[in-house]
Amino acid sequence: MSWRDFFAMGGYGFYVWTSYLLAAVVLALNVILPLRARKTVRARLRAYYRFNRQSR
Amino acid sequence: MARAEPIPSGPEPVTLELHRYVSPKTFYPLAGRLIPWFGGLTALLLAVGLYYALFIAPPDYQQGESVRIMFIHVPAAWMSMFVYVVMAGAGAVGLVWNAKLAEVLARSCAPIGAWFTVLALATGSLWGKPMWGTWWAWDARITSELILLFLYLGVMALQSAIDDPKRAARAAAILALVGVVNIPIIHFSVEWWNTLHQPASVTRIGRPSIHISLLIPLLLMAVAFMLYFVTVVLLRMRNEILERERHSAWVTELIQSADAEPAPPAAGNRPRGVAG
Repeated sequence: MSWRDFFAMGGYGFYVWTSYLLAAVVLALNVILPLRARKTVRARLRAYYRFNRQSR
Repeated sequence: MARAEPIPSGPEPVTLELHRYVSPKTFYPLAGRLIPWFGGLTALLLAVGLYYALFIAPPDYQQGESVRIMFIHVPAAWMSMFVYVVMAGAGAVGLVWNAKLAEVLARSCAPIGAWFTVLALATGSLWGKPMWGTWWAWDARITSELILLFLYLGVMALQSAIDDPKRAARAAAILALVGVVNIPIIHFSVEWWNTLHQPASVTRIGRPSIHISLLIPLLLMAVAFMLYFVTVVLLRMRNEILERERHSAWVTELIQSADAEPAPPAAGNRPRGVAG
């Protein structure tokens, strides 16, 4: 089987590869979003504690 | 001798002995240690699963190469239901035992489950078009899966609409528990109604079912998705714990010790109106 056949997927290439691409996007997104949220949560809490310390 | 010791404040009310061991404080570092392991296992299973799904599995005798969509679609659909049950179960534990970590788990499950549902619906549509000639049908399986998405969105809306985390968790848990009725409807929809969607081919017994050459990649992908879920739910739970426990001494210390390392900000950067 050639690579051309592999990507053609017996004529279903569009449907198969769009499905796998969507899965890759969803799986990547659910790693990236919480990792980014981790940064923003930590930054927000740092600012919050700094503010509390200074206003004490 | 005569000096009166300050009366120790009583321990926090512990309604269940388990509560002590699954406190956010002990869970947070534990989750941090587990994440790399689950992440690594996910990557491994995903690599093997994709190799089987794309290279080893033969084309189906009826559906041809389009059957490879199944290796994404079915695990995503399974996870959409599994995550919902976990979310509702955690919500129930939060309601009954007032367990903070269960509330954190329920809240962390919702967006992940919603994403799995979106993936199941989208890949189902991409599979339906070449096989049935339509992107969408209001058939029982598809409609009940769409309702599942709306349930997830409703739970998330309740969680974010109510400021008090306790009350938000309670309201969301009640909606999630009511919505559990939809799970058996999704599962049995292909048997109860004469649907366009094909019947189950893995869980049925004594009837022609899926061939082993397609079952192996399917199960590999299902395990990979399960490990992936554990990884990302732990990531989200850690964020939720930091946010919810920000008044506790250990989170204050954790963040401030990390804060102490970089150089302190210049005086001009201080919040206005706050005397040093």
